[in-house]
Amino acid sequence: MEDKIREFLNSRFADALIKEDNFRDQQSFHIKPECLVDICQALMDDADLKIKYLSDITSLDWLGHEQEKDGRFEVVYNLYSLDHRYRFFIKVRLPDDKPRIQSLTSLWSGANWMEREVYDLMGIEFEGHPDLTKILTPDELEGYPLRKDFPLTWEQPAFSWNKDDPPEVVK
Amino acid sequence: MTTVSKTVELNMGPQHPSTHGVLRVVLELDGERVVKATPVIGYLHTGIEKTMESKLYYKALPATDRMDYLSPMSNNLGFCLAVEKLMDIEIPEKVKWVRVCLAELTRIKSHLAWVGTHALDLGAMSMLLYAFRERESIIDVYEACSGQRMMSSYIRIGGLAQELPEDFDKLVRKVIKQVAQGIKDYEDLLTNNEIFINRTKNVAVISAADALDYSLSGPMLRGSGVNYDVRKANPYSGYEYFDFEIPLGKNGDAYDRYLIRLEEMRQSLRIIQQTIDGMPEGPYRAHLPGIVLPPKEDVLYKMESMIFHFKIITEGFKAPCGGVYQAIEAPKGELGFYIQGDGTNKPNRVRVRPPSFINLASLPKLVEGRLFSDVVCAIGSIDIVLGEVDR
Amino acid sequence: MGLEEKIPDSIILTTLDKMVNWARKRSMWPFGFGLACCAIEMISTFAAHFDLARYGMEVMRPSPRQADLMIVAGRVSMKMAPVVRTLYEQMPNPKWVISMGACASCGGVFNNYAILQGVDRIIPVDIYVPGCPPRPEQLMDGILKLQQKVEKESLKDKREEWGRSA
Ligand code: SF4
Repeated sequence: MEDKIREFLNSRFADALIKEDNFRDQQSFHIKPECLVDICQALMDDADLKIKYLSDITSLDWLGHEQEKDGRFEVVYNLYSLDHRYRFFIKVRLPDDKPRIQSLTSLWSGANWMEREVYDLMGIEFEGHPDLTKILTPDELEGYPLRKDFPLTWEQPAFSWNKDDPPEVVK
Repeated sequence: MTTVSKTVELNMGPQHPSTHGVLRVVLELDGERVVKATPVIGYLHTGIEKTMESKLYYKALPATDRMDYLSPMSNNLGFCLAVEKLMDIEIPEKVKWVRVCLAELTRIKSHLAWVGTHALDLGAMSMLLYAFRERESIIDVYEACSGQRMMSSYIRIGGLAQELPEDFDKLVRKVIKQVAQGIKDYEDLLTNNEIFINRTKNVAVISAADALDYSLSGPMLRGSGVNYDVRKANPYSGYEYFDFEIPLGKNGDAYDRYLIRLEEMRQSLRIIQQTIDGMPEGPYRAHLPGIVLPPKEDVLYKMESMIFHFKIITEGFKAPCGGVYQAIEAPKGELGFYIQGDGTNKPNRVRVRPPSFINLASLPKLVEGRLFSDVVCAIGSIDIVLGEVDR
Repeated sequence: MGLEEKIPDSIILTTLDKMVNWARKRSMWPFGFGLACCAIEMISTFAAHFDLARYGMEVMRPSPRQADLMIVAGRVSMKMAPVVRTLYEQMPNPKWVISMGACASCGGVFNNYAILQGVDRIIPVDIYVPGCPPRPEQLMDGILKLQQKVEKESLKDKREEWGRSA
């Protein structure tokens, strides 16, 4: 199955594909952020591949790691083909400064909440999202908790017990 | 005479008896009709993912219990399988069987709590008492294994926390008997119950195409007739050894989901029976010094084991730099763990794919244009656990 | 010969404190709301196997206006904290609070940005029940302890206390 997808991507989006890797039998394709929606649309429409199920969207922060050189943030799209029982990942790298990427809500309604969560916790903006607002954290919380420079034990809102004595940043 | 159409905004929750925890839904109503429903979540946001990222792999495990607290063992299993995949650990045969047995018990436990609370929402108080009666017998198994009633953390990386209790066999057989009888009772009480049928049939309907569009999973997806169950599609932990069926619905309504969950309980009983009958012998933990904790008995008497024990507890193990995703079929749907190792002894990222979070996103679709009282039924039939939705 | 013998049998002598406390203790109406995992154990406590009805407090009230015991069952997040406070304020006096579980008492295993480190930062707590989650027996014990506490309360103190806060 991965050969088919590779062939497909190479034939139609050859310059969008940056690299690919296979870790523990899981195939990932690293692509350029601007081609994301087109690629997903094409994968979805292809009569043979039929990648119709968006399993998950998640994000990583590589701050302070050697991987940071390719871009600090990584967004991972977890796609699944129900017909072939096959799962693979599409990964994109985004820069530290104002990370933005196109939204997939036009293809999958399910992407709506997943993207809101990524926005809320990691601070990545999705262009074209119908309602990009906080979803989990309280409105008064500033910052993005899952980023590595956000301290674990920092209480921000009204009941703060450590505002005079900031705790050290736990990685 | 002219009529002015005016909508009313109604706030449900976050403290509301029938929303299963601290869910809040803002409804826009036109008379009895729901024009728009907006779930507002986050009232139980616990920062579990961030907490897990700050801990050693071993020590992150107990946080998984506290996500979907109705099915703690499934969460344990998902996390352990993901870490085992990351570390490339081979698991002894017996452990796989025990895990399957416990995961299926967990499925029953979760569905029992669901059937009780869902029926309670629709006005059948006694169901809750019956369902929790059966649930206690499963909790007894939990307790015998791990000493805890709910937060068992019994499934560990590389195996189990300790040897199975001696009367495990007996306890599980008792569960099978009791739950089988219980399911019959529920069928008698609910399946042909006029009120129950009227409240659930053709309520909260979602078509197969929409279900895929919303990335639903578990009984929500199968209720609409899509055959996707991780246990069959991508078997893990030895599910391929067992013989069971996946029930599918036709109409995608709340009633179909109810039937599916009941049938799933029966299938789970079948699997449990098979695991109990054919349980292989063997160690309860993989032997991999440096990664998997040595058995406690050895730690007390063998120098080497003690050193490894000490090292793992204080330093943990270093994971390779790579990301793995492991999905399991939790009672609520596809539960996935995406773990990114970064060469140190703590994960860079632990992402949970929470089935109830993603299923809940379809609520506006389920209740659009329906009556107000259907909202309660729709929320119940999704089977959400707020601990997992908010994490 | 004491005074006691002069009083007819049909008359009971007691203090007002004792009588009121006896009545309050025996009909405590808990406020049925759960936050997290501990709530499931709370439901178990109310359900068939453990049956809290034996102690006269099975009447779960879904509205804070009708309840006088709040069982904070589970972790309180930063987003939920103002809501819990509002609910507490909506309960009529006299009211008591049981903080159930490690999380409600002190934050439990979650010492992080999202969880309130103990519900006693926002509302006064009478009884802390430890455990993660506490067993139903533990919760029952907590409730019995609360009953003992209620027995010893005095109306005078309460009046002064409420006078201050009003
Ligand atoms: S104390 Fe334990 S069981 Fe209770 S809410 Fe906290 S984590 Fe859950």
